[in-house]
Amino acid sequence: MAVSDSAAKEIQAPDEQSEAIRVTDLHKSFGSLEVLKGVSLTAHKGDVVAIIGGSGSGKSTFLRCINFLETPTSGQIVVNGEEILMRADGTPVKRRQIERVRTRLGMVFQAFNLWTHRTLLENVIEVPIHVLKVPRAEAIEKAKILLDRVGLGDKADTFPSYLSGGQQQRAAIARALAVDPSVMLFDEPTSALDPELVGEVLTVIRDLAAEGRTMLLVTHEMKFAREVATHVVYLFEGCIEEQGPPAELFGNPKSARLQQFLQTVG
Amino acid sequence: MGAPRPTLAAGDKQMIDWRSLLQPHRIVLMALFAGLVIWCAVSLRWDWIPEYTPLAIEGAWRTIWILVVTTVAGFLLAIPLGLAQAVGPWYLSAPAKTFCTIIRGTPLLLQIWLLYYGLGSLFPQIPWIRGSELWPYLRQAWPYAVLALTLSYAGYEGEVMRGAFSGVNKGQLEAANAFGMPRFTMFRRIWLPQAIRNVLPTLGGETILQLKATPLVATITVVEIYSVSSRVRSDTFIVYEPLILLAVFYMIIAGIITLMFRRFENQTVQR
Repeated sequence: MAVSDSAAKEIQAPDEQSEAIRVTDLHKSFGSLEVLKGVSLTAHKGDVVAIIGGSGSGKSTFLRCINFLETPTSGQIVVNGEEILMRADGTPVKRRQIERVRTRLGMVFQAFNLWTHRTLLENVIEVPIHVLKVPRAEAIEKAKILLDRVGLGDKADTFPSYLSGGQQQRAAIARALAVDPSVMLFDEPTSALDPELVGEVLTVIRDLAAEGRTMLLVTHEMKFAREVATHVVYLFEGCIEEQGPPAELFGNPKSARLQQFLQTVG
Repeated sequence: MGAPRPTLAAGDKQMIDWRSLLQPHRIVLMALFAGLVIWCAVSLRWDWIPEYTPLAIEGAWRTIWILVVTTVAGFLLAIPLGLAQAVGPWYLSAPAKTFCTIIRGTPLLLQIWLLYYGLGSLFPQIPWIRGSELWPYLRQAWPYAVLALTLSYAGYEGEVMRGAFSGVNKGQLEAANAFGMPRFTMFRRIWLPQAIRNVLPTLGGETILQLKATPLVATITVVEIYSVSSRVRSDTFIVYEPLILLAVFYMIIAGIITLMFRRFENQTVQR
């Protein structure tokens, strides 16, 4: 079992070593609008958790709360056994701790967000050199390997604006891999891409899944989620409506809302 | 990175094609211009030049260093001014906004005079300033000129930088945040370079305006290149010749500024 609901959280203690991320009873409100209404989720090492749901279901917000790009309203977040200390209002107690935890969470954005004033290689070595203090030569060597791996070895000295969306997103994945993340967070990585470019990005993500990387993946690609995920979570209006192994969730959805959702997205 | 950066093709390809200059209308214009230059050289009076050359070099040098010092110092001040206005809490943004509004809302000549005749006449009445080691400088005019021009540049560029900081795509900063980049690193590596890149053309124009503001400091007895031309006129009653050379001097400096900023722009790639 990859994911527990909140009722089962007490019996997880022996499992702690293998836990990559544990989120307990996460709430998030924007003003009076409550976007997350108590979401709990545990990802173990090697899990690929796909988070699906309709527009406004809170799936992106949930992912962004894990690395505090959004400040949760309440709840508990544990990354690699380290609990992120929050005040009563959800703001982190120590920015240093957030920064340290974030360096272990490689995030890939919907809009790529490659740094436009730097070449691909500079994008990939930026965090290793200036945050993780890796020696420059070592960072460059590793970055070249990573760019090769995502098929962009020949574009190392190119600026992001000269590349297609698919190439930019693959470079963004290389940038995330450069920090040796313990968990990768994908926030709708293919939603901003032209249809013919989706495949090349999914291929890269599929390879990462195959090598056993821990990943949380917010996606609209149902076929892909079914293929690569070890666990699927369906969010509806800020709550986990249904979750389980992909074959079960897609093959035999129990909740009426999920059935309807799967029908509309085809 | 040692890697060569691709430059914008448009900037490089505008080099002069000599054959295109050999068209009739251009030849006529060039001949007219050459005639004008020759007429100037032959019929106007240039015999005063040797006598005033040392003074002119001194004045030109002073104009240039005042320009460089005030733009650099003004820009360094403009960064916190812009940042405070863009994202600062009210107790920082309000004073920054007030400063920029006052500087932009009053004539530079007035600012120079207020500092020189105001502070300049206030300081001698304060014993500890008179006794301080700075006094030999503070009794001269140039510190007030440099201060006034610096504050002026900072006021205008503070406003420019406010827009530049706000204009940087939020996703760029979010990516830095998501990778745990400390705030100052993010500012230095991502935010500031992108902000400056976006306003380089504006900064180039503002620097040329700053150059052309420097003659105002002649009004408080700073001897820069404009005041040298005035001196020639009052000494010799020769009016046009020094002014023509003065115009040429400013155009050359403005040209150099333009070229420098174009080089910066070509080194950075627009989104």
